[in-house]
Amino acid sequence: MKLAVCMNHVPDTATKINVAADGMTIDKTGVTYVISPYDEFAIEECLRIKEKSGGDVTVVSLGGDAHKESLRKALAMGVDKAVLLKDDSVRDSFAVARGLADYLKELAPDIVFFGKQSVDYDNGAIGVMVAEMLGLPSVSVVVKLEVAGGKAVAEREIEGGREVLETTLPAVFTAQKGLNEPRYPSLKGIMAAKSKPIEEKPVAAVPAKAAASGMQKPPAKPAGKIVGTDASAVPELVRLLHEEAKVI
Amino acid sequence: MKILVFAEQRDNKFKKPAFEAVRAARTIADQLGGEVIGLVVGGAVQSIAPALGGYGAAKVAVAEDARLAMYSPTAYASIIAAAATAEQAGVVIFPATAMGKDLAPRVAVKLDAGLASDCIALNVEGGEMVASRPVYAGKALTSVKVASAVKVFTLRPNVFSAGEAGSAVAPVEKMTLALSDRDFACVVKEVKQSSGKLDVAEADIIVTGGRGMKGPEHFALIEQLADAVGGAVGASRAVVDAGWRPHEEQVGQTGKTVSPSLYIAVGVSGAIQHLAGMSSSKYIVAINKDKDAPIFQVATYGIVGDAFEVVPAFTAEVKKLLGKN
Repeated sequence: MKLAVCMNHVPDTATKINVAADGMTIDKTGVTYVISPYDEFAIEECLRIKEKSGGDVTVVSLGGDAHKESLRKALAMGVDKAVLLKDDSVRDSFAVARGLADYLKELAPDIVFFGKQSVDYDNGAIGVMVAEMLGLPSVSVVVKLEVAGGKAVAEREIEGGREVLETTLPAVFTAQKGLNEPRYPSLKGIMAAKSKPIEEKPVAAVPAKAAASGMQKPPAKPAGKIVGTDASAVPELVRLLHEEAKVI
Repeated sequence: MKILVFAEQRDNKFKKPAFEAVRAARTIADQLGGEVIGLVVGGAVQSIAPALGGYGAAKVAVAEDARLAMYSPTAYASIIAAAATAEQAGVVIFPATAMGKDLAPRVAVKLDAGLASDCIALNVEGGEMVASRPVYAGKALTSVKVASAVKVFTLRPNVFSAGEAGSAVAPVEKMTLALSDRDFACVVKEVKQSSGKLDVAEADIIVTGGRGMKGPEHFALIEQLADAVGGAVGASRAVVDAGWRPHEEQVGQTGKTVSPSLYIAVGVSGAIQHLAGMSSSKYIVAINKDKDAPIFQVATYGIVGDAFEVVPAFTAEVKKLLGKN
């Protein structure tokens, strides 16, 4: 089984975000970057499928040299091969998807995994876009997956429940939290990853179709009201919710 | 210009975000000049279609086929793209629900269109549509202009107002479908409902418990308050990672981003990744012992006190108000 997992390198979720002087992007000063959390579930799932059914796992990331740090971590987790589609430009979802799809078409994996969204731009679009570009079926926001006999049965999260889908392979999946518990790289894995090469490939420029024209901090909330310090404040709180906010 | 709106239905009932999306499309069409066309896809959905007229649809295209009773990402996307092409729609709008978010990227590629996901505002500036959407789970907002001939947007539920349903009834046009087996490469076989629980992504009121609840056994207090106010139970990441609550309930940057009318945070400190997921709620109540907890910075109303005393009193008071006793 040939497995591919696409990964992004993003600010840690504990990071404060400030807008850079250009008014278009974030201020990167002091920001720690990590593998996008949902992509970790995707990497883990590929490793588990490989451990069960054999095969190899390629991790792919599109971006600048900084992405090598996260690619190295994926190698340490046990991924066989890492590929950097080298590009320093700012791309929209469509342009990232096109770059990844062009590479994946060559690779022709049986399964392509993504995180359900990258926790920077939060479009949640690239995985499904790549599926369509490759002419493959896809299941997004997957919390359970079984692969057998050239088919897969996947459970995806929906409002108030789950949908169980059956799909032919090859197919694209996007991972949701709950799919698995990602492993920590072992010391042996970390050592081995140091000597594994990261293949660099050029990627064609694609004009953006949905361009951000500005970035702002959300408007600050007006200062709230401390209603009290114990249960005796509850009647006043409920009165405010009922009469002032009108939400109860 | 024509705006096509995918009006999601499940079990032959429209989801509220479908009405919100039709109304938002109407508002844009009023400014740019144009027509709103609803699209309903399903097994036997013709009878529900005319109701979209009450939210501003001039007509409704209906795609009916027994095989469409169960959701299929591939088949639904083919139909939506075919409808957009047939109608020469310049804009296609989806609700940013589980289904809408799954379909929009596929339809965008089929139409060679740019996509802006999970928008919280659609405006017209100088004759052009500008979408506002949160990034970094709401830690920042971006303005997005879609440059392609066809533009695709998904709209965050609970943010756009559906307004009152008018009395207008939209004429229905049945689509002629050309579906192949290939369109059904991927299809839903079964839907598992989670035991009638209200989902945080759909709830108008959410009561979230954090680490301050001290253990899973104390979440009964949260559930009782949620019951009393008619809301859903939410959980902080700490509580989900500790295995106290299922991840479907998690609110925050690696959980669900929510904007209910009322968000009640109990024993939640307000880590930055949590605030990102809920600070766009209309009203926020914080109950926490620690007066310096960051959650108070976003709260509309706060009680600095012990959750174990305040929450039962809160539940009782709400029941009294609503006559539930």
